[in-house]
Formats: sequence, C-alpha cells, structure tokens
Amino acid sequence: MILLEQVTKRYPSLRGPIQVLKGIDMNVSMGEKIGIIGRNGAGKSTLIRLIGGGEKPTTGTITRTMSISWPIAFSGGFQSSLTGRDNLRFICRIYGQDPMEKLPFVQDFSELGDFLDQPIKIYSSGMKARLAFAISMAIDFDCLLIDEVMAVGDAKFNAKSKEELFEKRAHKAMIIVSHNMRYIKSNCNRVYLMDDGRLQHFEDVAEGIAAHQAMMAS
Amino acid sequence: MTKPVPPGLGGTFLEQWMVQRRVIGALLMREMLTRYGRRNIGFLWLFVEPMMVTLTVAAVWTARGFHQISDIPIVSFVITGYSGIQLWRNMSRRCINAIEPNQSLLRHRPVKMLDIYLARMLLEVAGTTTSFALLCVVFLLFSNQISPPENILQVVFAWFLLAWFSMGMSITLGALSELTPLVNKFWPPMIYILYPLSGAMFLVDTLPHGMRQVVLYIPIVHANEMLRDGFFGSHFHAYYDLSYLVAWCMGLCIVGLGISRLTVEHRLS
Repeated sequence: MILLEQVTKRYPSLRGPIQVLKGIDMNVSMGEKIGIIGRNGAGKSTLIRLIGGGEKPTTGTITRTMSISWPIAFSGGFQSSLTGRDNLRFICRIYGQDPMEKLPFVQDFSELGDFLDQPIKIYSSGMKARLAFAISMAIDFDCLLIDEVMAVGDAKFNAKSKEELFEKRAHKAMIIVSHNMRYIKSNCNRVYLMDDGRLQHFEDVAEGIAAHQAMMAS
Repeated sequence: MTKPVPPGLGGTFLEQWMVQRRVIGALLMREMLTRYGRRNIGFLWLFVEPMMVTLTVAAVWTARGFHQISDIPIVSFVITGYSGIQLWRNMSRRCINAIEPNQSLLRHRPVKMLDIYLARMLLEVAGTTTSFALLCVVFLLFSNQISPPENILQVVFAWFLLAWFSMGMSITLGALSELTPLVNKFWPPMIYILYPLSGAMFLVDTLPHGMRQVVLYIPIVHANEMLRDGFFGSHFHAYYDLSYLVAWCMGLCIVGLGISRLTVEHRLS
C-alpha cells in the first residue's frame, strides 16, 4: 500500500515560497490502477516525484509498503557518454539485480542490436526511449509509475510496450499520469483530479473525466 | 525474477547498509567509466593524473634550485606536500555542484545525495593515495632524492586524518553549493589562499614565531606537519595538535551532514 496523508510541498523561490501541493490525501493498494489527471502545472509531476521518493514532502507523511518503480521509460538517470549496456549494468546494480540475467530481455525488447554497445549520446530519441522502457521492465516492482510515456516509439513498439505493461503486468499497481482521457479510461479503476495543488477523488472514472472536461472548459 | 529489496522499506541498519554499499559501488563504476572510459590507459588515469601533477611540481622546484629544505630532500618535501593538496582540493572540487547535474539519479529511490558525494570522494581518495604511495616507492627505488618514511604508521594515520578532514570539508562545501551559488564564487579564491597557507610548501619550524601562531589555526597545516613528522621527523621540529585536528574533522563532518539534510529538504527541482 501507498498512503499519503496531508502531504504538502513548497519550493523556495526568489519571490517567496511556491506552494505546489496543498494537502494531498491519497491511497493506492496492491494491483490498483490509479489515474491522475489535471491541467498543466497543477502539480501532477511533483506528486509523482514525491511518491517515487526522490524528494521529500514539506509536511505530511508518505507510507509505502510496496516497492515503487522510477517513472517508466524515464531516461534522465542515464549517463550519455556510457553505452546502453553500461547504463543497464548501473541500474541493475543499484537495485541489486544481476545484469547478466537481465541482458537478454533488454537486448531483445529494445531492438537496439549492436547499438547497445554504443554510447547513448549517439542514440536517436526513439532508441533512447526504447532502451529506457526495456530497462524499466527488467526490474520487478509492486507499483509502476507511469508519467505520460506511451508515445515512446513507432506504432509497433508502442503496441509491444502496451502489451508488456498492461497485459503481462496486469496484476501490478499503477499510477498513471496522462492528458489522454481515452488512455485513462481504458486503463484505470479510479482517478484523482488535480487542481491547484489539491486532489479530488472519483471512484468512477467516467465521472472524474467529466469533471476534468468541465474544468478545462471553464 | 528475483525481487529487489524494496529500497527504504527494509528498515534494519544492516539492510540499509547493504543497499548503500551496492549503490556506492555502482556509482563508483559509473563515475570511473564516465571519467576515464576504456580508451588508452582507462582507469589508470585515476592515479596517473595526480602523479603527473606532483612530478611536475617536483621538477619545477628542483629546477628552481630548491634542492634542499634545510637537510630534507626536496622530493620528500614536495611529494608529501603536493599529494596532500591534491587530496583536499580534488575532493572538494568533485563535491561542489555534484548534485545538480545528477539530479535525475535521485529519481532512483536507492540513490541518496550522500551516496553521490561518498562515491566521488572515495574515488578521489583512492586515486590520490595510490599516486602518493607509488611516487614514494618509485623514488625510493630509483633516486636518492627521498628517504624512506621514519614512521610509516604515522604517515598512514596523518594521511587518513587529512582524508577525513577533506571529506568533512567537501560534504560541507558540496551541500552548501546546492543551497547558494556563492560557494562557486568564494571557493576558488579561498583555494588560492589555502595553497600557500596549507603547510604544503613550508615547515612551520621555519616560520617566524608570530606567523607560526597564525598558521596553526589552519587544520590542514597540522595534518601536513604530522605527515612530514612521520616521513622525516628527525630532520625538523614538527608542530601539530592531534586533538585540534580531530575536533575539526568531526565538526566539519557534523556540519556537512547537517547541511546535506537541509539541502535534501529544500532542494529546488
């Protein structure tokens, strides 16, 4: 389970503190698919960062009894002068996994061929995204964080990654941030609508999406 | 698939320690590959680089005719002094602004800010220590410009204290640099002042009395004196206060860890 209680997040700025999250209550249980929707700048990505644990809340508590992934297909932790293989090794080491055991899957799934032994800086953005996605899938977590990623590759790769994520990992908990309401509708059991640093909870996904659309129209 | 130890969930000290060791190991490998790559001599640069610097300084000092400081061989003097300078200078340089470009690494939950500092400092300590030891061995074998250390345990202990001091200082500066860009402005001139004052280029013994009192406020001077006392202590009178140096080491570590904590909580993203 992941439990957020009265979580706030303030960032300092030259014009005084900016309050991004204003008292968030949220819970995610094993296997649930949670959608987070809201307009740009509402605080969705900040929330994801806090849930992931890369940052601490200013006040409030986050309790985790599940292991949580880094944002799926996030390639920011890669070192661009290192090869794809070296980056895979690094991630595996951090999470205590055997790189040799994960290599065949990543090699196969990313379809990088010999490029796996080239430095990442020469990769196209599609290649980089494919590698990042494959590495994300190589490590096993209870809860997957998905922050707007589904447009990572060509149509074929998208179909393949969708299958990997939503069919092979259908039993995993997921927290999905997206502006694509069709995507939210077909993958989530519950949604939270974020507006100005606050969350509104909807048991019914369609209801949440309607509220979101009403908000966007206003 | 084996299940990863959920980082931050396994609460026992031992489990946390295992995670941290793993992360620091991974960061070390990544840092070495990034900095030195696999081309030409690869990671050997780790100690060849500081060796080259010390050798150049030794060559310049010899060429300028400083063959002897009283009756201490110049090479002993330069190697002890300049290896120490490189230790604290490189360590602090690697920690200042270390987090900002590595921000995205912190999205991986097992990686903590302190791990990045520790990995970078360990690498620097390993490089400078190897360079120091190798230079001593090479000169002992092939030249009469250096005499074997009189008390090798004291040399090791003084070197350890200098590394400890540098660690506290580097974490402090590194964490401060994430809070305020002023560190980038003030530290380079500070280094310039500390070079001549660190005790790397002089013996406290040779200074006039008034200067001695002033210079002995600088903790690095104590470490350098102690190091040289271990090396060629019978040739000069060493001035150092072990408890003063250790107090600084501990103080800086506490301050550094405190500021790191603040930085974690107040970091802009």
